[in-house]
Amino acid sequence: MSVVSPIREHLVTGGKTYHDVTEDICRHVEAKPTKEWKIAFAISVLVLMYGGGWVLWTWWEGLGVWGLNKTVGWAWDITNFVWWVGIGHAGTLISAILLLFRQKWRTSINRAAEAMTIFAVLCAASFILMHMGRPWLAYWALPLPNTFGSLWVNFNSPLVWDVFAISTYFSVSCLFWFIGLIPDLATIRDRATGVRKTIYGALSLGWTGGAKTWARYEDVSLILAGLSTPLVLSVHTIVSFDFATSVIPGWHTTIFPPYFVAGAIFSGFAMVQNLMLVTRVVYKLEDYITLEHISLMNKIITLTGSIVGVAYITEFFIAAYSGVEYEKYAFLNRATGPLWWSYAAMMTCNVLSPQVFWFKKLRENIVVSFVIAVVVNIGMWFERFVIIVTSLHRDYLPSSWTYFTPRMGDIGDYIFSFGFFFTCFFLFSKFLPVINMAEVKSVLKSASEKKSKH
Amino acid sequence: MTDKKYIVGIFNDEDVVMDAVQKIRSKGIKIHEVFCPYPVHGLDHALGYDRPRMGVPAFLFGITGTCLAFLLTFWTLGIDWPMNIGGKNFFPFPTNIPIVFELTVLLAAFGMSFTFFFMEGLGPSVKPLIFDLRSTDDKFAMAIDLNKNTVSDSDIKAFLSEVGAEEVNVKEV
Repeated sequence: MSVVSPIREHLVTGGKTYHDVTEDICRHVEAKPTKEWKIAFAISVLVLMYGGGWVLWTWWEGLGVWGLNKTVGWAWDITNFVWWVGIGHAGTLISAILLLFRQKWRTSINRAAEAMTIFAVLCAASFILMHMGRPWLAYWALPLPNTFGSLWVNFNSPLVWDVFAISTYFSVSCLFWFIGLIPDLATIRDRATGVRKTIYGALSLGWTGGAKTWARYEDVSLILAGLSTPLVLSVHTIVSFDFATSVIPGWHTTIFPPYFVAGAIFSGFAMVQNLMLVTRVVYKLEDYITLEHISLMNKIITLTGSIVGVAYITEFFIAAYSGVEYEKYAFLNRATGPLWWSYAAMMTCNVLSPQVFWFKKLRENIVVSFVIAVVVNIGMWFERFVIIVTSLHRDYLPSSWTYFTPRMGDIGDYIFSFGFFFTCFFLFSKFLPVINMAEVKSVLKSASEKKSKH
Repeated sequence: MTDKKYIVGIFNDEDVVMDAVQKIRSKGIKIHEVFCPYPVHGLDHALGYDRPRMGVPAFLFGITGTCLAFLLTFWTLGIDWPMNIGGKNFFPFPTNIPIVFELTVLLAAFGMSFTFFFMEGLGPSVKPLIFDLRSTDDKFAMAIDLNKNTVSDSDIKAFLSEVGAEEVNVKEV
C-alpha cells in the first residue's frame, strides 16, 4: 500500500496546461466587455462623478465644508489618507515580501494586489491634495530653490518625509507592476491583431522571452523585491511618524511604526480578499484563486489582526505605566468617553472578528471570508478615526472640548475615493491580465493538480 | 532577400528543452537563444551565460541616490539657509535618514530597471524578432543560427528531432 501525503494543497486546480492558462486569463482581455462589467463600471464612474463634485466643492469653498472645528483639526481626511495607504501595503507585501520568502501561492494574486496598491496610493494622495486646500500649490512641498518661495522645505518634518515616502512608494510600485506585466503583455501581443497588436506591442517593449532576458529579468525582480520590502515598511513607519513625532497624548508613542505596519497589512489583505473573491467569480478563475489561497489570506488576516490587538492593549498598559496623567486620560477617554462607540467598533471588527478564522470550515467559507474582510476594513477605518479624533477632541483646555460630527463635505470626499478606486480597478481588470500568466506557468509543473498525479 | 537562416526547434516541456540544450551544446552546435513562456531556472546556466549581475547597477544607482539625498539635505538646511528648529542642530543627521533612504531606493529601482531595458534592448518602438508566436504561450523555441554553425542544416534538424523537438521549422530573416 502506498500512501501519498500531500504537504500542500494544489495552487492550480482543474488540470490546466500552459495553453489553458493563457486562454483562461487572456479571455477577458480579448473579449468584448460583458454586461456585468459595463454596469459595474458605469456605477463606479457615477460614484466618482458624484464624489468628484464634492471634491471640487471642497476646493472651491475651502475646508469649511468639513466638520473640523477649533479642537479637532484633523479628522476624516487624514483617517482616509492613512486607511488608503495602509490598504495599498498588501500589494507590495504579496509581491515583494512573499517573493523573498519564496511563497509560490502569491503568483495568482500578486498582479491584482499590486494594481490595487497603485490605485489605493493614488486615493491616499488625493486626500493630501484635498487637505492642502490650494492643490495648485502642491509643488510647494517639493524642495525648490529659495527664490521660489521664502525657504527650503524643512527636511526635519515628518510631513516632508511623507512626500518623499509616498511618491517613492508610488513610483517604485508602478515600476514593479509594469515590469511584472511585460511578459504577459507580450503574450497578448502575440495573440492579437491590428490596433491591439500595436498597443500591446508598444507596451511590451519588444519582449521575446529569451533565456538570457529571463535570467536578468528574474534578477531584476528579486532585487526590486529586496528594495520594495524595506520601502513598504518605511512608508507606513513614516506615516505613523506624522503622529508619533508630535507631542499629543495618544499619538506620542514609540509603538506606532510596527503597529501601523501590522495594521496596514491587515487591512490591505482584507481588501485584496474582497477584490479577489469577486474577481475569481466574475472572470471564472476559481482554478487559479483557490480555496487554499483564500484560506492562506485568512490566516494572515488573523495573524495581523491579533498583532494589532496586542498593540491596542500595549498602548493602554504603557499609558498607565507612564504615570503621565494626560496620557492616561487620553486612553481612558478613548475607550469610555463620548466616542466610545468608535473604539468599540474598532476592537470588535479588528481583534474579535478575525478570530473566527481559527476554524478551518469558516476559513474556507467564501461568504464568511468576504463578510469578515469587509468588517476588517471598517474596523481599520475606525482604528485611524479613533487614533486621530479621540486624541484631539478633548485637549488640555476643558472649555474647548468638542465632539466631531462629519458634514457632507467629509462624506462626499470619501465617496470620491471609492469611485476613483473602483473605476481604476475595473479598467485594469478589463484591459490587463488580472493574473500573472508567466508566473503561474512557472509553478504549474510543481504545484498543479494535473502534474502531481503520477 | 535572406541574410540569416535559423532552424527553430519547438519543445513542449521545460525538462526536455533543458536536456536538449545540454545535448546540442555537447555536440558543438551553437544555440542562438531559447525562447520560453516563463523563466526556466538553470536554463541560462545550461546555455553557458554568465550569472546575471543586475545588483551592480542597482548598487551604483543606489549609492548615487544616497549621496545626492545627503548633499541635498545637508546643503539646503546646513549651508544655504540654516534654520533654527526647536534649538536643535542645523543638520541633525537622524531626521534626514528617511529622505536619504527613500531617494536611495528610488534611484536604485529606476536605475537598475532602465539599465535592464537598455541591456536587453527593450523599448516601446522595438520590433522584436519572434521565431515562433507560441513561445509566449506554451512552447519553448530553440533557435539555431545556421551562419554561425558548421554542421549542415539537415544534421541539425535530425538532431533536434532526436533530442525531443516536437516540430522543426526554418525561419529566414
